[in-house]
Amino acid sequence: MKKKSNKPKSITENGEREAPFRLLLAVLLSALAAGLGYAVLSLPSPPPGLSSHVAANLETSGVSNPVTAVLLNFRGYDTLLELGVLLLALLGVWSLGVAPEHHEPPPGPVLDMLTRLLAPLLILVAGYLLWVGAHAPGGAFQAGSVLAAAGVLLLLTGWRPGAGFSGLPLRITLAAGLGVFVVVGVVLMLLGGRLLEYPPSFAGALILLIEAAATLSIGTTLAALFLGGRPEAGPRR
Amino acid sequence: MNLLQSAFDSLLGFALLWLAWRALASPDLFRAIVLFVAFGLLMALAWVRLDAPDIALAEVAIGAGLTGALLLGALARLKPEGVTKPTHEEKEQ
Amino acid sequence: MIPAVLYALVGMGLFALGLFALIVHTHLLRKILAINVMASGVFLVLVALAARTRGAVPDPVPHAMVITGIVVAVSATALALALMLRVSAETGRAELPEEPLE
Repeated sequence: MKKKSNKPKSITENGEREAPFRLLLAVLLSALAAGLGYAVLSLPSPPPGLSSHVAANLETSGVSNPVTAVLLNFRGYDTLLELGVLLLALLGVWSLGVAPEHHEPPPGPVLDMLTRLLAPLLILVAGYLLWVGAHAPGGAFQAGSVLAAAGVLLLLTGWRPGAGFSGLPLRITLAAGLGVFVVVGVVLMLLGGRLLEYPPSFAGALILLIEAAATLSIGTTLAALFLGGRPEAGPRR
Repeated sequence: MNLLQSAFDSLLGFALLWLAWRALASPDLFRAIVLFVAFGLLMALAWVRLDAPDIALAEVAIGAGLTGALLLGALARLKPEGVTKPTHEEKEQ
Repeated sequence: MIPAVLYALVGMGLFALGLFALIVHTHLLRKILAINVMASGVFLVLVALAARTRGAVPDPVPHAMVITGIVVAVSATALALALMLRVSAETGRAELPEEPLE
């Protein structure tokens, strides 16, 4: 595929490659899709699954929403590592530079009013989703993303965290989810269990504790990702 | 009733594929992103049809909302090509 | 269980479509969109296969994996966009060169 169109490309153009190449690619990918489709259609009919295992152990998990039980209890280490991935992505973004100055004009009356109305409501909804996640659809990820939506809305209207918050307090908030998760896991190991093996009597409270910290961290991390760079801490220059 | 559901599923499936195709083939990047956000909202409908309300909640907030905001923010910073200087004079704080 | 298989096939289609666009387009923002479409396709296949389980509730394990995956996808997208902006700031364009760098 060495052929090259010589015209300069602007970002509104497609920048596509030659037709024979695209045809060959389309044929190959159709074959791939057909093969994958055949694999799905030929799966065994009574599907093996883990739902019976989850249902059998749901009483000991501390919550009654099976998805939350899987996320925070049965496969808790997945979620633990996932929070690590979030933190790593933020570190990657921060290492690329400081957040750009925002040049947006001050928000119009509609956005301003909407944000004033929506931001408290979104925070309330996040708290509700966090609480209800134990027995209904909801949980730390949904609550965290709603919290991040409130943060993004505030950032869009020109609000920036003050210099007092963007230093150590911000970093503690970002690391809280992973930190609480690891501390709970290690303390449970020291008490004689295995990593993230909650005693059934405390499981509900521990899950809520971890979820609360994770919600704060996820919300702050996603909003900080939207900011697109590390904030300048403290007095500048 | 069952026929209606099947029709809805088929329609949703076609709409998903069509929106994805339009989003990826649209010549205008802004329109591509807006179509992708619409695609995310239809994905949330698909999650509800597949009995996964937890994922639908996460998809609405993240897939449609946050990803769209991230993409549009990046596009806005991309628009003045080569104009953005990282060492912009900082305002007083 | 027709709807589940239907959605799984749609997921395959989205995956192939995204892969096609990922290879064909040179603009980095389009590549990021394509990766997101591919991810949606994979999630759709996973959840559709979970919905094949007989009984009232579908298998919650793939659901939890997909929720985790959505959050990882958005953070990866944010990192990719930051890298794209950096490439654009360094080279003045947000596209990959079509010829190998010499």
